[in-house]
Order: sequence, then structure tokens, then C-alpha cells
Amino acid sequence: MRLEVHIARKVFANAAGERHDVLRDIAFTLAAGEVGVIVGPSGCGKTTLLRILTGLDHDYQGSIDRPADGRIGMVFQEPRLLPWRSVEDNIRLAAPKVDAARLSALLAVLELSAHRSHFPGELSLGLARRVALARALAVEPDFLILDEPFASLDQALAARLRDQIATLLEGRVVTTLLVTHNLDDAVRLGDRLFLLSKRPATLVHALALRPPRSARTDADVTAIKNELARLKQADG
Amino acid sequence: MIRLLSVAVFFVTWWIASLFVGSAKLPPPPDVLQAIIAQARTGALFLNLGATLARVAVSFVLAMAFGTAIGYWMGRQRVADRLGDPWLIVLLNLPALVIIVLAYIWAGLTETAAIAAIAINKLPTAVVTLREGTRALDPSLDEMARIFNFPRGKAFRHVVLPQLAPYIAAASRSGLALIWKIVLVAEFLGRPNGVGFEIGVAFQLFDIPLLLAYSLSFAAIIFVIETALVQPFEARLSRWRPRAA
Repeated sequence: MRLEVHIARKVFANAAGERHDVLRDIAFTLAAGEVGVIVGPSGCGKTTLLRILTGLDHDYQGSIDRPADGRIGMVFQEPRLLPWRSVEDNIRLAAPKVDAARLSALLAVLELSAHRSHFPGELSLGLARRVALARALAVEPDFLILDEPFASLDQALAARLRDQIATLLEGRVVTTLLVTHNLDDAVRLGDRLFLLSKRPATLVHALALRPPRSARTDADVTAIKNELARLKQADG
Repeated sequence: MIRLLSVAVFFVTWWIASLFVGSAKLPPPPDVLQAIIAQARTGALFLNLGATLARVAVSFVLAMAFGTAIGYWMGRQRVADRLGDPWLIVLLNLPALVIIVLAYIWAGLTETAAIAAIAINKLPTAVVTLREGTRALDPSLDEMARIFNFPRGKAFRHVVLPQLAPYIAAASRSGLALIWKIVLVAEFLGRPNGVGFEIGVAFQLFDIPLLLAYSLSFAAIIFVIETALVQPFEARLSRWRPRAA
């Protein structure tokens, strides 16, 4: 599924009634199966952007073009699991059509098989994040959104989860949007990179990353990161 | 075990107290037991307890059903909240006696009047509790349900209802306690049977063993319902919560 985004302006009114821009002139396109990564400083309006893309927020100027019947899978910043349902029920509620074999395979890849019948309150944050990821993937989404899925995880755990996501995305056509402020994650997972400025967020750079994700070596990753650092410096 | 001990202490204290006060004012446990057995023999005990329980059950279900629905509505819709709030304040603070007497005057000394009056007494506290519960619903879970396309019924059952469950349990618990108390007043004032009616009779005849016989049987039933129904139900509802150490 193809995603076209044109946001001219998004305004927030604060409690005192002052209106100020959160997003301004953000336009980009993601082809079916591409992984787009949005990188920007924290608090710049990334989550607001995602709320608009998923249709939770309609109060903006511009247009979002995506197939109306496309299934969305989302991993929120917090896991947002139902605490009163088991891990398996949480996944099945979001993805009623998932069959037993697929669910088992998904849980196995994410190393969750032992936690099927646990309640979210019994899980660590890292585990809960993986359950949220399993839920988003179980719906077989056409459009997958990952909102800082590695935030507040330690580096080793984040790296493992990142590799698991990379494995799961391989071999299926899922248009994916990843929000992060970690360049390493961005460069390792993305096909396209969108760099946002501070508030009000505008699109500063849109880059297509070469070579393709699967052929990218550590040397390539370093090269891209150097290139990004140079861009950043040029922006001041 | 500790609960049993606590009950035993109650009976021992009662017995000792009756020795000091004199059996005319506070009959000892055996006298009251005798009165209970006598009432049970004639069948009056079961008839009256049954009548009271039926009234409690019907008015409880009515009050909880309407209270939950109205409270949820007021919690979700600002207009409904503004509209209903003055009514709520009046109903909350209106003495039970006023509602019962008015109901009997307007609808006659009927079963409908009694049950309606009891239910109306309970209604506002259920509404207030459920309104608070609805206001406390987690919007982030609502968003999750919307993004994953939960159908309405499913979202209500799996996302909203479990969040309201503690509030419904609290409203049920306090509601049951309130209804137990009010139902006797309603019976005392205008019903030809039930525990409240019998207590009225005992009061007029100054028959203290009979009075205590009914009060205690009634208390025993409440106790059984609490331990056998209410508490296991609450435990089941909160089984997902990590247990406190």
C-alpha cells in the first residue's frame, strides 16, 4: 500500500488559548513495502504526525492518501496492552483471524512462547514491547507504524528487538513507518529517511538510503551515518 | 479461622452483656435461637426473609442497571453530565425516608412503590461512582482499540468494561449495604410482610427475642451473600492484578 502525506499545517491550542504550529509543510511518499524512518528531536511533533497518519486526528490542513481498507498495525511508545487479558488474548483480540500456526511462529521469533498465558503486569517492559510488536504484526498489516519501539530499553535489548523487527519485515510487503531519534536504528532499518526539525516540525531532508536494506553492511551503515552527521552540521 | 473467632467473640460478648443488662432488655443467645426456631417452624421466617430478599434483588438489579447506564452516559457526554448533575445532587441528598413516604403516597402501599423507592435511593450513588469510573477510562487504550479496528461491542467488553469493573464492584458493594438498610424501612412503613414488617410488629409488642431473631437471621444471610457471592466475584474480577506482597 502506498502512503502519500501532505500536511500543510497542524495547530495546537494550549490551555491558555494560545495557538501555535506543531507541524508545517510535511510532504513525503512511501511506496508499498518501503520502510520510512522519521527522525527528529524529542517533542518535535512526531507523535502528532502519527496520530494524523493513523486517522486518530482529523484536525489539520492537508491530506493523507492511503487505501481506506488497508489494515494498520501499530506499536505505540508505551505497549498499550490490555492488563486484564493474557498475552495471547491481547494478540487475538486485535487479530481475530490469526491462525494458531502463525501465532506460534510469531511468538517464537519474538521469544514470547513461554509468556503466552501471562498477564501484561507480569512482564518486563522489554517483553511487553515485544508483545505489542507481535500484536501489530499478527493483524498482517498493510501499514505498520512503530512509534519509538526501542525507547527506554537497554542497548543490547534494543539491538535484539531491532534485529527481530528486521527479520519479521523481510519477505513481506508492509509499508512501514518507524519513528525514532536513534540514527543507528534509522540507518539499519530504513529505506527512506525523513529528518524533521524542532517545533514546529518541518521536513528538513528526505533521503533514500543506498544500498538496499538487506545488502547493507556495517561499513555502509557507518558511511550513511557520517553523511547524516555532515548534513546535520551543514544545517547548523 | 480468624473470622470464626471474631464471630465467637461477638456471641460471648452478647451473652455476658445480657447477664449485666437483664434478659428483659437483652435476651441471651439461647432465647433468641428459640425465637428463630419457633419462627422457622411456622414457616414465617422463610416467608419474610424470602420477601425481603426478593425486594433487595429486584431493586438492586434495577438500580445498578440504570445507575451504570446513566453514569456511563454522563461520564462520556458533557451535555448529559450538565443535564443530569442537578438531579443527581438532589437525589443524593434527599433522605431515604422522604422518597419512601412520597412513593407510598403517590403510588399507594404497593410492591411497585416499595421497590421503586428503594431503587431510587440507591440509583444516585451508582451513577456517581460509574461516572467517575467512566471519566477515568484510559484514552490511550481507546486509541489502541480504534487503530486495531475493534468492533464496538468488542471494545466495550474487552477494553471499557474491565476498566469499569472495580467501579461497578464498589457501587455494588456500597449499594447492597445501602439497600439492606433501606428495604427494612420501606417494609416497616408499608408492606404486610418481610423482615422490616416483622421488626415493626416486634417493636409494637416489645418482643425483643423476636426482634433479634429477625435481625440476626437477616444479618446471617447478608454475611453468607457477602462471603459466598460478592467476595469471590471481586477476586475473580481482579485476578489479573499482580498480587500485593
